[in-house]
This record gives sequence, structure tokens and C-alpha cells, in this order.
Amino acid sequence: MKIILDILRRENAQSTPYHQQIPFETEDETCTVAGALTEINNDKEAADSQGHLVGKIIWQSSCLQKKCGACAMLIGGRPRLACDTQLREFAKKGRVTLEPLKKFPVVADLMVDREIMYANLDTIGIWLKESALLDEDSSDQAYDASRCLQCGCCLEVCPNFYPGGFFTGPASVAPVSRLISMLPESQKKELFHAYEKHIFEGCGKSLACENICPAKIEVNRMLIHSNAAAVWKRGSFRRKKA
Amino acid sequence: MKTINIIGAGLAGLMAAVTAASAGYQCRLFSRQRSERAQSVLAEGGINAVLNTMGEDDEIENHFADTMRGGVDLADPNAVDAMVHAAPGIVTWLHQIGVPFNMQDGHMIQRNFGGQKKKRTAFAKSSTGKMLMAGLIDETRKWEADGTVQRFAHHDFIRILTEETEVGLICRGVRIRDEYSGRLTDYEGPVILASGGLAGVFPGMTTGTTQNSGEVTSTLFSQGVRLGNLEMIQYHPTTFGINGKRCLVTEAARGEGGRLFVMRNGSPWYFMEEKYPVLKNLMPRDVVSREIYFVTRQEDCQDQVYLDLTGLPAETWKKKLPDLREEIRHYLDIDAAKKPVPVEPGIHYFMGGIDVDELHRTSIRGLYAGGECCSQYHGANRLGGNSLLGAIYGGKKAAETVMGEYDSYVAEVSGYAALQPLPADFDDPLTREADPVLILQLREILLAGMGIVREEESMQKALDQVLALKEEAEKDLQGQETGGNLRDRNRIHLAEAMLRSALARRESRGAHYRSDYPEKDEEYRKTAVAEWKDGRACITYRPLPERRSAGR
Repeated sequence: MKIILDILRRENAQSTPYHQQIPFETEDETCTVAGALTEINNDKEAADSQGHLVGKIIWQSSCLQKKCGACAMLIGGRPRLACDTQLREFAKKGRVTLEPLKKFPVVADLMVDREIMYANLDTIGIWLKESALLDEDSSDQAYDASRCLQCGCCLEVCPNFYPGGFFTGPASVAPVSRLISMLPESQKKELFHAYEKHIFEGCGKSLACENICPAKIEVNRMLIHSNAAAVWKRGSFRRKKA
Repeated sequence: MKTINIIGAGLAGLMAAVTAASAGYQCRLFSRQRSERAQSVLAEGGINAVLNTMGEDDEIENHFADTMRGGVDLADPNAVDAMVHAAPGIVTWLHQIGVPFNMQDGHMIQRNFGGQKKKRTAFAKSSTGKMLMAGLIDETRKWEADGTVQRFAHHDFIRILTEETEVGLICRGVRIRDEYSGRLTDYEGPVILASGGLAGVFPGMTTGTTQNSGEVTSTLFSQGVRLGNLEMIQYHPTTFGINGKRCLVTEAARGEGGRLFVMRNGSPWYFMEEKYPVLKNLMPRDVVSREIYFVTRQEDCQDQVYLDLTGLPAETWKKKLPDLREEIRHYLDIDAAKKPVPVEPGIHYFMGGIDVDELHRTSIRGLYAGGECCSQYHGANRLGGNSLLGAIYGGKKAAETVMGEYDSYVAEVSGYAALQPLPADFDDPLTREADPVLILQLREILLAGMGIVREEESMQKALDQVLALKEEAEKDLQGQETGGNLRDRNRIHLAEAMLRSALARRESRGAHYRSDYPEKDEEYRKTAVAEWKDGRACITYRPLPERRSAGR
């Protein structure tokens, strides 16, 4: 399989971005975008279509099996995980564009600074002040919520989220709903209030987040569950433990 | 303010931070990426603790015995004793911070795991590591919010800062690089290493992450830190290759009833069940991997082993292994509930690493290690379910030791001038990245020398190749001021130590199986200690301590 990787390069946050077309060839039908980037970076002689040396492409990766969210980027214009996107999807076209996620500041090439997501979780105050126990009903909810990768794909497509706004976006929905079923009484008022302000009031329910999520998190179900608990003060959160 | 530096934000690092922060210590938590990207999130099967919820009369002493036996008596018995006693408390605490363990009728369900006769492994479906991390990340955030834990994500370890004293080296702090700005900073204070195993020595060939480069350990080794039992590399019996790495099929699949077979003369042979009638498919991992190695080389057998999960009840798939089924479907296009899965052994865990004592102190004062980066608890072979436990307990223990010694450490370093701030353009040759070609060269050499079955000749050949690379690297370093690469050199040193350690142990024990010395030899029931001395990796043996108290 032969394909052109059209990568939006940028040496650092201050420098001017430019597109670089890199021809890539592989025998491996299952080769992913992550695999291609690894191979190009291992090849010191790799050259672009103009014959210029490519040099090291800066990108983030870690688990390579869609369990860590590190390698999120825009692939063919859509936010996806590089390790979960096979090149053969684009073989017919013969090219694929790779760009950094656009809602976050670029560090270099395909690497962005996603610290805003964590700052948002700090703002909402997502932690338990005292120990709590999950009952069997809320255990599944906590499991599903804990699967969130914090990759940022959802923020990229969310029409309501912008960095610095009061709405912390869908990336904070799962972490909140992990804890909301087991909050100790002393913490409910504070966290429910933060939820209402930073999530409930900002979400326009486009649910683009749910469609794009590489972990297939059911954001809508989480929202319904958390709204019931934090805003409408009803639902499973009030169920007494057996 | 009492401040502790922690390198790594996986389970061990987070646990060290939470432990120290809740005791009022300021923590700096350094990691190349956020905790969500740590290798700990990949752990699947579960965490061992004697909770005795399954009506099997399990006892802590059984956990101790299984761990020691699984590690073929190469672990420090006192360290293991302390860990297995702490295990029930740890799992209970994890539940209290919101980890969604599988429950039934108000108690935690425990599953069978390799090398253990009792159901002792608590779990959250087949994503236990991810669930534990979600809980610990939130727990750490609580301390981040009040400033007790200061997080330095995208910060890379460069080297420890040491001072030569009359009684050996002391760690003054750590040099860190901000990967965004490139700026170097020296941070004063004791250091806890929680930097993970050596997956980065075998890029693309392990179940681990690309985040792990192995370079924290290789740098430390070249700085004089002693390493232990480097020959002990765990090949997990059931993995499959995907683009760029090995993917794990959790041992829980066998714990829940999965069976290994190979086609022999046209019909399936459940070789583990025939050869090991008691533990069957749940023998310790070293044994299963070795059996797979041998049966696939038998003339009457095919060269592919399969894991048969077709007999698992639908309920088990749904409640206990949902992510595994999805993963196998995604990568292999096989519905494991209907068709056997082709599997083969792959590098999964490093029992060896930074040499620590029972209290997680390294050979350098002021420097501690916990989690997979250090050699502790697992001896010659780790039991499934003990890595999450070892990481959490190790991080906690390391933090407790640092706190216990903090004042004497401060007194000891008080005679030295404070570390000076580095100028903004300060450069350190250790920031230059290792050559990817050399990394792959070393990987191939080590794979050839340190496979599942080893022998003198191939290990010696591998060592000779490493020594030739070493000579070249030394020349490079001497020849030009900037041409040589210290990371390259350090990686070569580590490879030399791994091979010398494997060559020195002339016996078979756990993961270290030698066809030329196939028996266990009591003479070698010792920790193989590697130290960089006089320009070479030297291996010596340290006897293991006796257990102080059995069955407290």
C-alpha cells in the first residue's frame, strides 16, 4: 500500500505551520497512522515528496491500543486516535491529512497541550473528600465513566466548548458521573452546583461528542444520570443502598 | 516545607504522592504524559488480596506461599510478607475511593488466577488497571487542588544529582526537562522512582507503552545505581501482535475457564491440562510460556497455539470480560465466544530492575524506587494480579520510608551548598535523544539472547555484539565533544548488564530458563546485582534474608 501522509508541521508554537507531504509505503495491511509515524521517525533517511529530509515528527503516543488517548489528532479532518485508524481506509484516495487538534494550543507538529482538560476537572472539584462505597447499581455507571481516555476528541467536535469558557465540555462529563452516585452528603451541594454551572448550563445536547468518542462512552446516558442527581435531585443517586 | 520528588505518574507514582501528601509532605509529580497515558491503565485481570469472599478458606499465608513459589523463592520474603498482609487493606481502600470492583450480594467477587489455588484476584471486569487509575487520579487531584501535590506533566527525567560522600553517593535531587519548552530545572530533595519497567528496551515487542523508553533505568545504572535480577523477563503466554506492539489476552480469560490447545496429529491437544492436572491452564506464566515454546516445536504439533474461550458462559463475557471480547473482535476479527484465538508468548513484565531493599531504598541514599521499575516481590516470575498490588504497595512503602528518613536526610545534605538555579539556556548532553537505529539494533540482539529458552552460546554471541557497539560508542564519545550520545551509551551499558546477568546465572529459575542448565541450583538462590564499575557491568550475588516471622 502506498499513501501520502499530508502532515501539518510546526516546529514550535511560535513558528509558521506548513504542510508536508510524505510518501509512505507498507506491506502491512493493518498499518495504522501511529505505525506509519513510528516507522517514519525510525527512518533517518525518510524524505518528503520534494526530497527534503522529514526529521522527527513530534506526536504523542503511549499504549497503541486505544486505551490511553495519547495519540488523538485530526485524521482526514476528524478527531481520532492514530493507533485506531488504519491507513487502508484512505488507500483509495491515496492520501490522508494529519493535523493537530485545533481546540488546544499546539506545542509542535501534532502535539497539543491538553492541560485545560485537567484544569477544568480541578475547577469542578472532581474528587471524594471522604471515603465512599459504590453500591452494585452505581458500580456499572462508575465503570463506564472510568473508561474515559481524556483524549480530547469530544472537545474538538463540541459546538459549545471553547477553552477558557465556563462550559468545561464533554471531557468532564464522564469523570463527574463516575463520582456523582457516591458523593458523601457533605460534598453534594458544592459539586452539584459546580456541575450545574460548568456542564448542565453549557451543554447544547448536540451529542457530537458521543458520535466521535473513541472509547464509545455513552455521554448522553451519563448526562441524564448526572442531571437527575445534580440538577433535578432525583433518580438513582437517591436510591438507598441495599 | 518537606518536599519529595516523584518520577512517574502511574499507579506507583500516584500512590507515593497520595501517601506522602496525606501526611503533609509536598510532592512534585513528574511524568512525560498525564496519568491517563500511563502503562498502569493497560492492566486487565485484577489485584490479589486475601479477602476470603469466595468460601474457600483462603489465608494470607497462602498468598505469601504462592507469591514466593511463583517467583521460585527469589524474592525477599520479608518484603513479600509485608505486601500480602497489606493487600486486603489496600483493596478495601481502593473500593472506598470508588473503584467499581465486581460485586455480588454485597461482597467482592474474586477470580482464579495463575499460580494460585484459591480465588484471590479482585477485579473490575477486564479493565482493572484503568479503573484503579481513575480512582487514584481523582484521589491525587484532591491534593493537587490544595497545592500539596504539584503536577509536572510533560516533564522528562534527565538525571539524578548526586554528591560523593565518605560513605558513598547521596542523591541531592533530580534534573528535569520541560518537554514543551526544553528548559532544564534542578529540583532539590529526595527522589522516588516510579518510572516503570524496561518495555522501552524492546520497542514494539512488548505489551507495554511507547512512553517507556527504559532510559530512566539505563541513566541511573550509568550513574552508579545498582540493578537486580535483570535476567528475569516475563513472557506472558497469551498475547497477539498488532501494529506496533503486542496485545495482551488477560490471564483472567483462563481464570474464567479458557483452555490452551495445539493441533497435534489433526486433533486439539490440551497440553497444559494433560501435563499439569492440578493447576492446568493456570500454571505460573513462566511455565505456560515455556510449554507453548516446546509444544510448538514438537514435530507432531502445529506451530500455533490457540486459546479456546468458546465454553465460557454468556454471563461471564458480559459481566467479567466484556472489553476483552471487544478487543479480540476489533483486532483479530474473531468472536472469541465462538472461535479459538491464536496466541503466543510476548514480553510483558520485568521482575528485575532497580535494586531495592525491603524498605524500597536503592543503593544511593535519598533515592527510592517503587513499582515495576524496581526489583522486588516477584522474584524470578511474577504472578498475575500481583503487579497492581506490588505497584500500589511499593509506591506507598517507598513514600513511607522517605518520610521516616526525611529529617536524617536533610541533616546529611545540610552541609552542602544548595543547588543553584540553571540558566535558561543550560544544556545537558543527556537531553540528546538516543539513535532509533541503535535502539532497534539492541532490541534484536537482546531478543536473540534473552528469549524464553536461553543458552550460553547465543547469550555470549549477543554480549559480544553489545560489546562491539560499546566500543564504537566509547570512540564516538572520546572522538568529538558533541558527537557521542550519552543515551546511546547508557542503553548499551544496560544491555550489557542484562546479558551478563543472564550469563552469570547458570541455572534455570522462573523466567530464566537455560537449556544448558535446565535445573534449579540452590547456590543461585540469590539476587543477581549489577553494578557499573571500572567500565563494565559487574554481576555479584547477594544472599536473600531469612523470613523473620511466619504466619503473623
